[in-house]
Amino acid sequence: MVVFKKPEALADVPLHYCPGCTHGIVHRLVAEVIDELGIEGKTIGVAPVGCSVMAYNYFNCDMVEASHGRAPAVATGLKRANPEGHVVFTYQGDGDLASIGMAETVHSAARNENITIIFINNAIYGMTGGQMAPTSLPGQVTQTSPYGRDVKACGYPVKICEMLSELEGPEYLERVAVNNVANVRKAKKAIKKAFENQLNNKGFSLVEVISTCPTNWGMTPQKALEWVDEKMIPYYPLGVYKDRSAESEEK
Amino acid sequence: MADKALMKGNEAIAEAAIMAGCRFYFGYPITPQTEIAAYMAKRMPKIGGTFLQAESEVAAINMVYGVASTGMRVMTSSSSPGISLKAEGLSYLAGADLPSLVVNVQRGGPGLGGIQPSQSDYFQATRGGGHGDYHMIVLAPASVQEMADMTVKGFDLADKYRMTAMVLADGTMGQMMEPVSLDIKPSDPIEKPWAVTGTQKARKHNIINSLSLVPEELEQLNIARYERYKLIEENEVMYEEYMMDDAEYCIVAFGIAARVSKNAIVEARKQGIKVGLIRPITLWPFPKKPLLAAADKVKAFMSVELSMGQLIEDVQIATQFKKPVHLCNRVGGMIVTPEQVLAKIKEISENGGAK
Repeated sequence: MVVFKKPEALADVPLHYCPGCTHGIVHRLVAEVIDELGIEGKTIGVAPVGCSVMAYNYFNCDMVEASHGRAPAVATGLKRANPEGHVVFTYQGDGDLASIGMAETVHSAARNENITIIFINNAIYGMTGGQMAPTSLPGQVTQTSPYGRDVKACGYPVKICEMLSELEGPEYLERVAVNNVANVRKAKKAIKKAFENQLNNKGFSLVEVISTCPTNWGMTPQKALEWVDEKMIPYYPLGVYKDRSAESEEK
Repeated sequence: MADKALMKGNEAIAEAAIMAGCRFYFGYPITPQTEIAAYMAKRMPKIGGTFLQAESEVAAINMVYGVASTGMRVMTSSSSPGISLKAEGLSYLAGADLPSLVVNVQRGGPGLGGIQPSQSDYFQATRGGGHGDYHMIVLAPASVQEMADMTVKGFDLADKYRMTAMVLADGTMGQMMEPVSLDIKPSDPIEKPWAVTGTQKARKHNIINSLSLVPEELEQLNIARYERYKLIEENEVMYEEYMMDDAEYCIVAFGIAARVSKNAIVEARKQGIKVGLIRPITLWPFPKKPLLAAADKVKAFMSVELSMGQLIEDVQIATQFKKPVHLCNRVGGMIVTPEQVLAKIKEISENGGAK
């Protein structure tokens, strides 16, 4: 009896991610959800610029590679081209989504664009070798904040879920983490809901996944997972920041 | 004869696009092209199409990228500063070999510039606009009728060659009203097996992408793209010759500058100066052959343009510097007058064409 197998939506190719990086876990969760909902044949994924730029090779559904930060605009085009026939998701990092692509993020949320966004927040630019991200923590040492992020000079981290929750537009915003088994289970639930919302025409759903970057954090994979609990989650509390349908049911 | 309607150039573009089968428009307000967006905002919801005012020019061109990835006809329009913002997207569209139509109703620059007509985005358009080796097909209408016709042609060529076609107009063309016949039938759709429409689990996944990290492969992609461009240069050049049979002097001009030049040519001929016009309709591919042929017959060329000397460089290249090429221009939103062109023709002919 098979008790564990590769999701069908995940391509059978080696991933290029560093050892201990949690991209692999999140890819798998997205693929499992696509399988469980039976939507691979109508799904179009949008890869960003950043570490997950080559995600287009890792999912078996149709894929589009967007320019840096523009994935929500590209996704808007893909979804509007065939609202009933296409299930569209973007997979973006913190530099892509919260820095260069902030306008596209905010306005696709404000429009309640019926797309699903998987937002990987690991508080650093991975692909370019570990520079300060919009989500880097105060005091965090990176290549471009070698003395630690000085909030007087570079300001404070951007909290995407909190910020977007102030908008009328978005349907669903949740922050999860993938640093232990219990959190991975919750993350999958959130990702599934974010896709189901799209299938039910509920609109913009974003799942922020607190992730690790052992290589650029300069930590062992084990230490990186601990650092998520010690530093990241206190600054970026997990939970549901907006769930319009649930809120209106309560009322 | 088909019925004619009196329309603004911008409106003619919008209606022609719809008739050519375009059902997706993404744009951002900017003078002097906003009538295109306004027209689309009214019409698209009535015909099951999509009009969306994007948050920026950058977002608009990337929404175009999204729809183009699915193989549907899609367009955006803007004016000079907005086209600069779209330049990144134009490069990605080229890198991913996606068809799209982009309209630039030019205004004076650089920077925020002004809102009056200009042709000073000639280099930007004919050299691609963004980073990397690539071209767009660039169509230069000189009447409201051609605003409509070039829009339709642009969609067809974009689909045929999997690239962006740009209609390069100017504020005059966008704003002026003329009778226009919109007897347009959409051409037969072209198969787009590369499009992302969902695999239906019936085929391998399609990937729309411009990333290629292996230099040997990226080199080959560029070479293959330029092989395609070579075909376009052989097959798609469009131009108009006006009074060139016996011409001793040849004006080269496009768009509104060509119309002004025609008036000057009629007047010059009354005064015994044999002058004609070669009007490029495609700015890329540029009509190199007719210009080179003319270089063996005429004494001199004159580029009439609303820029500081951009078109003139292509005339010099096309004619291989065989004859002098003079410049007659106005810039910053000013338009050349027939009198100015005529005076320059006279001056050149008095000197026998010499510079």
